[in-house]
Amino acid sequence: MKIVVCIKQVPDTTEVKLDPVTGTLIRDGVPSIINPDDKGGLELALELKDKFNAEVTVITMGPMQAEAVLREAFAMGVDKAILLSDRKFAGADTLATSNALAGAIRTLDYDLVITGRQAIDGDTAQVGPQIAEHLDIPQVSYLQSLEYDGKNTFTIKKQTEDGYQIVEVDGPCLVTVLSTANKARYMTVKGIMEAFDKEVEIWSADKIDVDEAKLGLKGSPTKVKKAFTKGVKSAGQVYEVDTEEAIGIILSKLKEKFII
Amino acid sequence: MDFNISKQEELFLQMIREFTENEIKPIAAEIDEQERFPVETVEKMGKLGIMGIPIPVEYGGQGSTNQIYSMAVEEISRVCGTTGVVVSAHTSLCADPIMNFGTEEQKQKYLPKLASGEWVGAFGLTEPNAGTDAALQQTTAEDAGDKWILNGSKIFITNAEYAHVYVIIAMTDKSQGTKGISAFIVEKGTPGFTIGKKEKKLGIRGSSTCELIFENCQIPKENLLGKIGKGFSLAMKTLDGGRIGIAAQALGLAQGAMDETIKYTKERKQFGKAISKFQNTQFQLADMETKVQASRLFVRNAAFKKDQKLPYSVDAAMAKLYASETAMEVTTKAIQFHGGYGYTREYPVERMFRDAKITEIYEGTSEVQRMVIAGNLLK
Repeated sequence: MKIVVCIKQVPDTTEVKLDPVTGTLIRDGVPSIINPDDKGGLELALELKDKFNAEVTVITMGPMQAEAVLREAFAMGVDKAILLSDRKFAGADTLATSNALAGAIRTLDYDLVITGRQAIDGDTAQVGPQIAEHLDIPQVSYLQSLEYDGKNTFTIKKQTEDGYQIVEVDGPCLVTVLSTANKARYMTVKGIMEAFDKEVEIWSADKIDVDEAKLGLKGSPTKVKKAFTKGVKSAGQVYEVDTEEAIGIILSKLKEKFII
Repeated sequence: MDFNISKQEELFLQMIREFTENEIKPIAAEIDEQERFPVETVEKMGKLGIMGIPIPVEYGGQGSTNQIYSMAVEEISRVCGTTGVVVSAHTSLCADPIMNFGTEEQKQKYLPKLASGEWVGAFGLTEPNAGTDAALQQTTAEDAGDKWILNGSKIFITNAEYAHVYVIIAMTDKSQGTKGISAFIVEKGTPGFTIGKKEKKLGIRGSSTCELIFENCQIPKENLLGKIGKGFSLAMKTLDGGRIGIAAQALGLAQGAMDETIKYTKERKQFGKAISKFQNTQFQLADMETKVQASRLFVRNAAFKKDQKLPYSVDAAMAKLYASETAMEVTTKAIQFHGGYGYTREYPVERMFRDAKITEIYEGTSEVQRMVIAGNLLK
């Protein structure tokens, strides 16, 4: 089995600051990590590697610094790493990003494509499903667990708003994974020692199978109209009371503010 | 010496931090309170390769550097002094002499199991009457043709109850003084070898510190480690390396106390403001941090020299002396900043303070380190 995992390097903070002029994230000085849902995806792939000897290729798109998350993926145990890095990819929204990633995946052999559900910086949850559409393969989003029959069928438990669905799907297909699906393994010392002897393949736009007009800023219909930092809220009040008293307090506060 | 950490070291630090924060920190208070050896942590560390960092790849280890090993001990000790010394004694005092002085057969037999953490290692030098004056060995190893017969006892042995392999120092020819001392490998379960009293300690309370008793304990002839009569030198060289581990442990404890203190002084309000706003706090924190960073440079320097196969005995002594005394000073001040809360087990600085004291004592007291440093100056 051949698996492709898409990962994203994201800033490790919930307090991301925005550049008020450009409306983009200020990444300087913020440590970067593998997006948590993507790490769940990596773990899922590595578990399939352990059980079924799957070959795992990891792809990310980003500037050269994004190589760091691919080295980390090597240290966790992936076989191959590809960094899509080219000025032509710059300024991409989710559509252009998914076009670039799908363009790269199209050139590879794969039975299963794994992405995280969504990234903690953008929170769109669009890239995974869009890749599946571009590749014209079935997709199952919000994966909580997966079983593989060893041939070509995956039985997937997917999270829904009010519970779970169990679905069966044949490969090649795409799944988007939740960080809660598993506990990602740690890098090993051996993995770290070897991670820098392995080659991270750097792919430019020429190397992938997609119309260049669909890449980067040119291929991005989304325009950021305005970006702003959320106003600071006051700390609020904490009441440690029983339920009935709490209901009373909430009702009187809501009335006080003319909400009800 | 390159003061920048490499990308590889950076990735390693990220891994070890994630591991220590998630797996070691949450149980550190419990293993101290219950005086419990962290068996589950050793198993997890074995799987990740943390139990065999400097052991060569051909013997199942990671083939990594002493620099990375010392970073691991530091990071682990930042959250748990017990787990730090478990790794340090295992690696520096047991695996290291087997790596440096063992025969090919001994390396093949012991190193892979030590590297994987399946077996834990220990080292026995100290005796009731042979502490700093380690040459006064009373444990004897008698040549009985095809075997050695050990008699005597060792005290204060780290990892004692949970180790599977012990490097034991014993007298083979009393008339020769230190040249009559040899080293041996003893396996757990050897008839005549038992674990004695477990010590109740001030700190590092989970590390299983016990007496080892040898009563006509017969070990195979091939378990002599290194050459006959060279055991004292083997022990001293082993302790040189061990001191880097203990210096790293002390450094980790000091860093852990710094982290806690910085956080606390920003949160704690007195006289209408956070206590971090007072200049007294700021100046003391600045002095503490400077000493912690100086300790780190000492540790890095000693590990670098060991990696480069340069003489490092004095460097290791300085690293251990300075880092352990810094650990004691910083943890003491950390409690002072925490006030009454710091004196309770609600906050980890109380445990760090208790754990720090031993770093000035074991693997050569601060006085021994001064003897090593001055001895080199005045030779």
